[in-house]
Parts: sequence; structure tokens; C-alpha cells
Amino acid sequence: MADTPNPPRRGLTVERGYRSIVKPIVFVASLVPLGWMVCALFGWFGFSAGVDPVKFLELENGKTALDFILLTLMVTPVHDLARHLQLLRLRRMLGLFAFFYALVHFSVYVVLDLDFDWHMVGADIVKRPYITVGFTALLLLLPLAVTSTNRMMRRLGRRWTRLHRLIYGIAALGIWHYYWQEKIDVRMPIRYAAVLAVLLGYRLLRSRWLRRMIAGRRGALTA
Amino acid sequence: MRFRVPGIAPSEITPPDAYFGRRAFLAGALAAAGTALGRAGAAVLPPRAGMPLAFTQDAADSVDALVHAPNQNETPNTWDQITQYNNYYEFGTSKTDPAEYAGQLQVRPWNIAVAGEAEVTGNFALEDFVKPYALEERIYRFRCVEAWSMVIPWVGFPLARLLQQFKPTSRAKYVAFDTLYRPGQMPGQRVPVLKWPYAEGLRIDEAMHPLSFMVVGLYGRVLPNQNGAPLRLIVPWKYGFKSIKAIVRIVFTEQQPLTTWSEAAPDEYGFYANVNPSVPHPRWSQARQRRIGNPFFHERQDTLLFNGYANEVASLYTGMDLRRNF
Repeated sequence: MADTPNPPRRGLTVERGYRSIVKPIVFVASLVPLGWMVCALFGWFGFSAGVDPVKFLELENGKTALDFILLTLMVTPVHDLARHLQLLRLRRMLGLFAFFYALVHFSVYVVLDLDFDWHMVGADIVKRPYITVGFTALLLLLPLAVTSTNRMMRRLGRRWTRLHRLIYGIAALGIWHYYWQEKIDVRMPIRYAAVLAVLLGYRLLRSRWLRRMIAGRRGALTA
Repeated sequence: MRFRVPGIAPSEITPPDAYFGRRAFLAGALAAAGTALGRAGAAVLPPRAGMPLAFTQDAADSVDALVHAPNQNETPNTWDQITQYNNYYEFGTSKTDPAEYAGQLQVRPWNIAVAGEAEVTGNFALEDFVKPYALEERIYRFRCVEAWSMVIPWVGFPLARLLQQFKPTSRAKYVAFDTLYRPGQMPGQRVPVLKWPYAEGLRIDEAMHPLSFMVVGLYGRVLPNQNGAPLRLIVPWKYGFKSIKAIVRIVFTEQQPLTTWSEAAPDEYGFYANVNPSVPHPRWSQARQRRIGNPFFHERQDTLLFNGYANEVASLYTGMDLRRNF
């Protein structure tokens, strides 16, 4: 790729386009769910959080976290289809928003739902399997968020990739947590699980294709 | 007493404070008018949700309309809270589905079938069914199995009064209730999340307990559809799902009847479903509850055994293992 040194280019490069246009837009768009929840909470612009605002915040933040996890997992397949978009540049931001909404979700539970009753938080995490599962997912997100900087990526090298494969398990745990807390109507969590199944299934097939391609006539191709 | 009132406008709803002030006044007026209207009085059920109901504040059977309990916020919830946040899967599984879709349900004409181990059985029109009873108001705590709660001013009459009319035989050990099955007007019934029609039941002594209540109204008005119109049950010491809505069938049985939730998930929802902070749901704690209407930062309050009605109902369960019979 770097046969000739890049001449300093003027105008809009992909790099600059992402930095000054795409990323700010995605950043603001990612805050829309939060803005909507705040509006609903205060009854602004005709939005309503209903009569049980604590439950509303728990559910909506949790679902939004799952939405962002699935979005990060969609980046790779879309990237495969349209490499010129360089969507990988957005993946870190989407992942960090997943962590952000998961953290808000957990904070609502601790602060508003349980009123800082740490004894009860502990008891819930130990005794309520669906909370154990959700809490595990949150804990596993933590190292991914911490190692999301360029420096950590460089420092960890190949181990970084391996570490960040945790997201597959986290996604499954998160959806399981959602599924398990439903009283009986599990249609929505099943939908999330179906999307996850497609995204993970794609990765299985993809690695198989790649292996076959590597083994095949184009032996020189590397992943 | 048939007059037409269009659908209920928000401005028409009396705010709780004014409502309870006026209610005290009405009760005084009714008492002054003599007991003729009170005790023997015939319930007249206006045909539309939200129309005013005549009732007496005198609780029959000497039951205090609100049995007070310690450390509970006993301020009744607002009309909006009670009518916009409902679990009524016949209209959808979201809390707002009932308010959105229940309007399409036709609650007139309405018939109730009574069958089973009783001397008097048959089909009854709703108007005749409720006519013999004086309506009264009862402010009960309401605790959902999902760990949220409200305080609600119901209007109705004791279930025992109704059941006695049918002269249950000695073989009547239980009473079973069915909700209407009408998927055309109840969109949730087109989805098999539960087995339709919804069925519930009580042991006969539970049903005959003076706290068990047949409800036709809310806040002094005809019950809105999303709250179970035209006729629903309220058993205030049990989780909300026992308090079956839109009743079309009452059967006296010798065997314990099948009930919808305990059939759907037998290890999670029992036949008794008594409110009990020390018997958790297998997946979540029942020790506390989110009290709807509490301040945002202190929505939680403790859950009480039998929802705070232990003095009244605990004797029904003497010698029973409440953990096994959850």
C-alpha cells in the first residue's frame, strides 16, 4: 500500500471526513436515545416515561446498550460488503456507547431502583441468575472499554484482537439477561437473539470462506 | 337514571384531593338520606366507562375500607396512573396497550354464566347480576407480582354477597372465574402468550372473605375497560394477576381449578399467590416494591406480608407452608 510516500493532500480525505463530519454526526446520533429518555422523564415535547419512570429507564437503557452491541457487530459484515466506506473507524465509538448505556442501566438499577441498598445489590447479583448474567456482561465490557485507546491497541497487538472477541460472549449474556427477566412474553428478546445469531453465523461462515480461500488457488492471500 | 355522557374528558376527572373531599361530603349526605339507599340499595350501572356511580362509603361487613399498614404510602394513585399502566394481556403485553386498545371492547350487553356446585345456576345479564347489592368504595393496596404497587379507590360490593345468592353446596370447595374470550375486540388474544381465555380461582373461604371484592367502578365512576370493565375481582392480599378482569363465567368446583399463570409457569406462579416478601419469585425478590407515584428517588418501599392485610387474612392459611403453597 505504501509504495510511494503519500503526498500531502488537500481537500476531504476519508480520514478527515470521518474526523470532522461522520464521527460528530454518529456521536450526536448515539446520544439521541439518552436525549429521548430525558425528555420522556420530564414530559418534554410530548414524550412520556409512563407512571413507572425507574422501570422505564432500566428497560430503555438496557435495550439501548444491546442495540449498540449489535451495531458494533454489524460493522464487520457491512465493511466486507463496502470496504470503501471504512466503517471500521466507527466501531470503537459504537462499542463505547454500548458500555455507556450499560453503565447508565446499571446505575439506574443501583441508585433509583435499589436506592443504594448495596446489601440488596449484592444479594441480587448472587441470588438472581438473570442479574448475575447481566452483571457478568457489564464486568466483561469493562476491560474492552479500558483497552479501547490507540495506545492500548498498539501495546496489546494481537492479544487485543483476542481480548475483544469477548464481545460475542457479552452480546449473548446481555440478550440472555434480557430474555430471563421477561415474565412470559419473550418475543422481543428472541428478536435480539435472532439478529445476534445471524451476525455470529456470518462470522463462522466468513472464517470458513477465508480458510478455504487461503487453502485454495490464491494461496498467497492473507486475512 | 339513564343519561348520555360523551367520553370522559381529562378536565372531567376530579383531582384526588378534591375527589376525596367531595366524597366525604357525599357520604355525609347519603347517611343523612337514611339507610334506604345505603344497605338495601340497588346498584345501577350506567352503561359507559367514566360515568358517575352512586355508592355509599359505608363498608359492608364492617371492613375498614382501607386497612392501614405501617410505612406505606397510602395516598391513592391518580386516575391517570391507574388507567394508563395496566397488565391486561388480552390487549397486549405492554403496560400501555390496555389504555390504547381496550376502548374497542363492547361491554354491553354483557352476560355472566354461573355454573357448578350451587343450587342456583344460569345465565345473567350484568344489570340484573349486580342489582341486588349496594355499591361501596374500598381503598385497597394493589401489589403486582412484578414488584410494583398502587393504592386504588375501587367501587363495588363484597364477593361473598354475590356468591351466597347462588347457594353453593357443601361440595363447592373452590370458585373459578373466566375472562371474556373475544379476539376480535381483544387483540392480545390473537397472540398465544397465555392460554385463553384467562382463568383464575380462589378457595371458597378466600372468596367468602369480606375483603374479596367485586369491582364495577373506580374513583366513583364506571370502571374503564382497561381496568377490567364491566366486572372484575379484587383480592387485595394476593398478587394482582389473581384479580381477574372482565368476568363472564363463575363456576363452583370441588377440585382446585386450573389458573392461567400457574399453568403457564408452575414453578413461578402458584395457585395462592399471596403477597409475601419472604417468598421470592424464582427470578426476582419480592421483598420490596416500586410504589407508583412515590418520589423518583424513593420509588421503593417494603412489601408487607399479605400486602398489609395479615391481621385480616392470615388465619385462612393457618398451618399451611406458604413457601410450598406460594
